[in-house]
Amino acid sequence: MTTATLQAAPQPRPLTKPTYLADGKTIRSWLLTTDHKRIAILYMISITLFFFIGGAAATMMRLELLTPQGDLVTSETYNKLFTIHGVVMVWFFLIPSIPTVLGNFLVPLMIGARDVAFPKLNLASWYLFMAGGAFAVFSIITGGVDTGWTFYTPYSSTYANGHVIAMATGIFIAGFGSIATGLNFIVTIHKMRAPGLTWFRLPMFIWTIYTTSLILVLATPVLAITLTLMALERAFGVGIFNPAMGGDPLLFQHLFWFYSHPAVYIMILPGMGVVSELIPCFARKQMFGYRFVAYATVAIGVFGFLVWGHHMFVSSQSIYAGMIFSILSFAVSVPSAIKVFNWTATLYKGSIRFQTPMLYALGFVGLFTIGGLTGLFLACLAVDVHVHDTYFVIAHFHYIMVGGMVMGYLGGLHFWWPKITGRLYPERLAKLSAVTIFLGFNLTFFPQFILGYLGMPRRYPVYAPEFQVLNVFSTAGASILAVGYVLPLAYLLWSLRWGRVAGPNPWQATGLEWTTSSPPPTDNFEKTPIVTEGPYAYDAQAAEAELEAGHA
Amino acid sequence: MRFVGSFLFPESASNLAPNVDHIYLALLALSTAITILVLVVALFFCIRYRRGSKADRTPPKGTPMRIEITWTLIPLLIFLGLFFWAAEEFFAMSRPPADATEIYVVGKQWMWKIQHPDGRREINELHIPVGRPVKLVMTSEDVIHDFFVPDFRTKQDVVPGRYTTEWFTPTKPGKYHIFCSQYCGTDHSRMVGWVYVMEPAEHARWLQRQPAPDSLVAQGERAFHSRGCSGCHVQSSAIHAPLLDGIFGKPVPLKDGSLVIADEQYLRDSILLPNKQIAAGYEPLMPTFQGQISEEELNAIIAYLKSLGDQPRQEGER
Ligand code: HEC
Ligand SMILES: [Cu+2]
Ligand SMILES: [Cu+2]
Repeated sequence: MTTATLQAAPQPRPLTKPTYLADGKTIRSWLLTTDHKRIAILYMISITLFFFIGGAAATMMRLELLTPQGDLVTSETYNKLFTIHGVVMVWFFLIPSIPTVLGNFLVPLMIGARDVAFPKLNLASWYLFMAGGAFAVFSIITGGVDTGWTFYTPYSSTYANGHVIAMATGIFIAGFGSIATGLNFIVTIHKMRAPGLTWFRLPMFIWTIYTTSLILVLATPVLAITLTLMALERAFGVGIFNPAMGGDPLLFQHLFWFYSHPAVYIMILPGMGVVSELIPCFARKQMFGYRFVAYATVAIGVFGFLVWGHHMFVSSQSIYAGMIFSILSFAVSVPSAIKVFNWTATLYKGSIRFQTPMLYALGFVGLFTIGGLTGLFLACLAVDVHVHDTYFVIAHFHYIMVGGMVMGYLGGLHFWWPKITGRLYPERLAKLSAVTIFLGFNLTFFPQFILGYLGMPRRYPVYAPEFQVLNVFSTAGASILAVGYVLPLAYLLWSLRWGRVAGPNPWQATGLEWTTSSPPPTDNFEKTPIVTEGPYAYDAQAAEAELEAGHA
Repeated sequence: MRFVGSFLFPESASNLAPNVDHIYLALLALSTAITILVLVVALFFCIRYRRGSKADRTPPKGTPMRIEITWTLIPLLIFLGLFFWAAEEFFAMSRPPADATEIYVVGKQWMWKIQHPDGRREINELHIPVGRPVKLVMTSEDVIHDFFVPDFRTKQDVVPGRYTTEWFTPTKPGKYHIFCSQYCGTDHSRMVGWVYVMEPAEHARWLQRQPAPDSLVAQGERAFHSRGCSGCHVQSSAIHAPLLDGIFGKPVPLKDGSLVIADEQYLRDSILLPNKQIAAGYEPLMPTFQGQISEEELNAIIAYLKSLGDQPRQEGER
């Protein structure tokens, strides 16, 4: 355990400073705050809003897909719905989710700092994000866009109707928010760690946020360039991607996936980070192979930049390029496998409790394993030729993004909720909704693997009747999933007022964030903590002994 | 078993299907094994080491280095094996056999236009005899489409401005879906059709029922004259232009000193974007035909140019 924990334990109460929540109650004090914790809350509210916008679009799609005829909405509307769903979920929920909410809240706390390196830039990031979101919402309200979140040219640049440019502008602006956030975290983690907190004493969550930030800073500019070029072609007829104007449509795909494959890791690495915090805490065990997991994190970040072409095996890219991208994609899956094995091994000889965050963590491991393994199918050239652009791909990335990232986010939210709000959520209800989400998720997306291999293409509102049965299963699952998502919204809000008071460290967790009060004061720590040990100094035997002695 | 099979697999109706299915089954077996392994181990730990259980919890000694290396290397080796297997099959999928029947496909929002070598045309339908390899030479008039036949386990993007190819040998008579699987706008999901694979005799009867137009080569030859190509590209022409006999598949020296193989793409570019590549020894006098010639007419001209080999002429569809 860190010395800070030991020092904090005897005298947790006497609070000299108000909590960050009590430090200013006006709207103005929130909108002009530079406190990383308050900014985290701003982000939390905004992405929750976007999550439900994206979720509403998904609901409409699933309802439409109940029947093969395309009778609930027109094809045009359906196309707009999946575009909204994709754009909003990717750029306005998944990418910001863990980094900007949990990351903003926890990075300074976990490294023993008062704030991030550039607090004003941090607030500016949120405004950029919201400005981007406003553009996106504007283009949705005023008629929508039907390009899909991938904006493939020449469709997007020449043929599509609707507010393509407004939508792209939204993503472009939000992207600058991402870059600023990434930059902020990189500098913060490099320069502001507490004395004694060396790199290999950092919690795994910090490693993953660090790697994610690197990707944000390096990859997002490419997306900005790509969307700009697309908009130039669309607005001014500059021939870049449209072959009728001398352009190359594949160039767009190369640029787009050069960003969007690494973006997949932006969306999953932080989830891995959360799970790496939860499993040791609830198993009361040192994390198995800590260094390997840290190296694996960085390896994923680096290799992630070299595999974009696996989205283009049938695009008419050279078959030799296809082979190189295939083998590299296999290579990048190895570090992910290493992580799964290490999480599982962490359970060995632990003293395991099954509170809600742990349920989410275990769910994450299971679903991520399936998501990762089905990724191998897509890396396999000959098999990808068949399943590319079918529901197999949809199922695969939802296992990673929703089964992985959203489970990770919810697990983390429950785990740190007492730290963020000072209150505990209702445990029984939370467990129930975790199980509901797990079951609903599998019922929604597992049938889609089968649908994909049977050959149902993605983005089809009208489909062949033999695919109906599996689609009905999927929609049934989605309804369960929806209930699972609304429940936490309800009881977490409830807990703000009526939840049990948590105390500084309800999970007996290690980590600097648990050494300060809940919710923390504006300055985070009364005095700068000094770190003398590695992370996850849990002791399963001691936990059992304590249980036997009867006071835990 | 057959029933379960038909629920999990599409029809296996081409030479490619069994091979793709085999790799898929191997992946399925591997993934199931790994998932079950992780599940069983995790479940075992969760039960045995649940809080309050009487279990030995003395911390394990020694570094986990050996374990880490083991579970890094084993997946890596398995993955390499899978890569080579699938890559080999992919390579075969990209190499059409020389004797394949060449059929031109033009994708357009939101239909498939098919041109047979004998000049017959179809829309959203493709009638072919069983057991004969087919090579589709495809392009698009507008956006990117994708010609996907799940029962054949193959697909290929259909890209404007270039030719892509896809081949298969249908092995089983029947009616199979064609899906456009690259999102292409409003009626993307209605850009579908059917492949009819027929017994040779039945196919012959089908051919007889259709009016027999001129072969594609003959249509191309007509266009070659009516579009004025023959005004320049003949021996007697006043303009110094290359003769096009036997050009297909041969290396062509260009003005900038490089050498290109005259494939479909080169012929297409020569006609639509003549200034992109200038043949060595000639002036850039050729006018562009961009926007004047439809994709189908272009296909016919290319089929005609391909037939001008020094080898004996290929007759239409045998
Ligand atoms: C005004 C005369 C003229 C007309 C009409 C013309 N061409 Fe050409 N073509 C040329 C000249 C000159 C060249 C060589 C310079 C170059 O490569 O652009 C050429 C080159 C070509 C080449 C490349 C040959 C090589 O050896 O690399 C092809 C193929 C071709 N033309 C096809 C056509 C077709 C098909 C048409 C009708 C649709 C057509 N041309 C009409 C003058 C003409
Ligand atoms: Cu990718
Ligand atoms: Cu299409």
